[in-house]
Amino acid sequence: MEKLNGLRCRECGRHYPAAPVHVCEFCFGPLEVDYHYDALKGVVTRESIAAGPPSMWRYRDLLPIEGDAAVGHHVGFTPLIRAKNLADELGCREVWVKNDSVCHPTWSFKDRVVAVAVTKALEFGFDTVACASTGNLANSVAAHAAEGRLKSYIFIPADLEQGKILGTLVYSPTLVAVHGTYDEVNRLCSEIADKYRWAFVNVNFRPYYSEGSKSYGFEIIEQLGWRTPGHIVVPCAGGSLITKIWKAIKELKTLGLLEGPVRTKMHAAQALGCGPIVTMIKNDTDVLVPVRPNTIAKSLAIGNPADGYYAYKTTKESGGSGEHATDEEIIEGMLLLARTEGIFTETAGGVTVAAAKKLIERGVIPRDESIVICVTGNGLKTPDALQDRLQTHAKIKPSLSAFDRALAELKSQTS
Amino acid sequence: MARTRVRLTFPTALIQEPIVYRLVKDFDIVINIRRADVTADHGWMALELEGDEGALERGVKWLRDRGVQVDPLERDVIVP
Repeated sequence: MEKLNGLRCRECGRHYPAAPVHVCEFCFGPLEVDYHYDALKGVVTRESIAAGPPSMWRYRDLLPIEGDAAVGHHVGFTPLIRAKNLADELGCREVWVKNDSVCHPTWSFKDRVVAVAVTKALEFGFDTVACASTGNLANSVAAHAAEGRLKSYIFIPADLEQGKILGTLVYSPTLVAVHGTYDEVNRLCSEIADKYRWAFVNVNFRPYYSEGSKSYGFEIIEQLGWRTPGHIVVPCAGGSLITKIWKAIKELKTLGLLEGPVRTKMHAAQALGCGPIVTMIKNDTDVLVPVRPNTIAKSLAIGNPADGYYAYKTTKESGGSGEHATDEEIIEGMLLLARTEGIFTETAGGVTVAAAKKLIERGVIPRDESIVICVTGNGLKTPDALQDRLQTHAKIKPSLSAFDRALAELKSQTS
Repeated sequence: MARTRVRLTFPTALIQEPIVYRLVKDFDIVINIRRADVTADHGWMALELEGDEGALERGVKWLRDRGVQVDPLERDVIVP
């Protein structure tokens, strides 16, 4: 089955053969993987998917790899949880949480995109992968490169805190700290990606890498019994995830795998301190104005998102919306999810919960329609976000009477 | 001769200024605009710059000093 139809420019539509390239040479538009959907019809079925492994690779036929997965064999197929307690708190009938805070192996949805990029790098014969990242992406690239026996180079700004790099260094990549302003470091990384024949996962491999996010969308739909939910609230950084979940839904529709019509409205969630996509949505303009991030939601801190325009278009096309969350609301969102569902998400998840809550309160998301909230990373990686908000309730001497007194006091405080 | 591809984002205050003309005239840089969207209150351009390496560096610095945002085509390469 010839499933891949090379790459296609998202702007001018020009076709390119499958290669490690990401920009149209004519209009400088971004390239995207194109598939022969006619060849996939009737071959990819609900049954064929169900017969696959309990991982993102059950959707292998809809991902841009030629053979089997080379790394990340257990990535994905994370829980979709019916969040009854959270629904009660929000006054809603049906709330689900798609929980990639437990994605294997590095606890974020980035494992999905990296597993595809690294597999593709091996298919193209590369021996080195690279990325520039301050967090989840760096963790995932280093881990998957180790598994695939590839060399890896990870670039970070020199002022990044030590605590953030240990989760990358442990996998033995080559870590390069670059001095300079954000713009200088950013430009250097682009030049490095251009000069060296490496698989720079989010640059020259971006068309393949980003397709991995579709698996998050496929899973939501399969786990809902092949029906589409009323609403999906998605955290936005570069803007790719929301567009790829939407693409996943459209692909399942094209292949005739959905139960009923597509009724999903896609909603973008961003921090107020870094929310250029939501600003586009609120102002109803397709012009993205770059911002300097100033938010505790570091895992969403992309001030000039490459897919911002497409994220905006996705919300428009689906009839969705967008909402900002303040730092305070982000913390409240994290605590609300932990308190109601026992899920400790990173700040990005706090953004999504907070934005969903506001969209519900504004009446944009009706309380009687089904809602999926996307949780894409784990709170244990960045517990410092909550450092000043949580404290021990009692400190006592090691005696039963001391505990009795403390318990009585705690009860009197809460009664 | 060196080449680079950049995306320029113009703040509203600079929309009426002939920024690209100055880039060509003052820095001897050859430009090739591939895609752009400029209106009364905003603007961006994806373009290729060609010139000697020093001229490109000086030109990019001049743009930034003027308040033009200069990014790679990929925009934020550093991601969380």
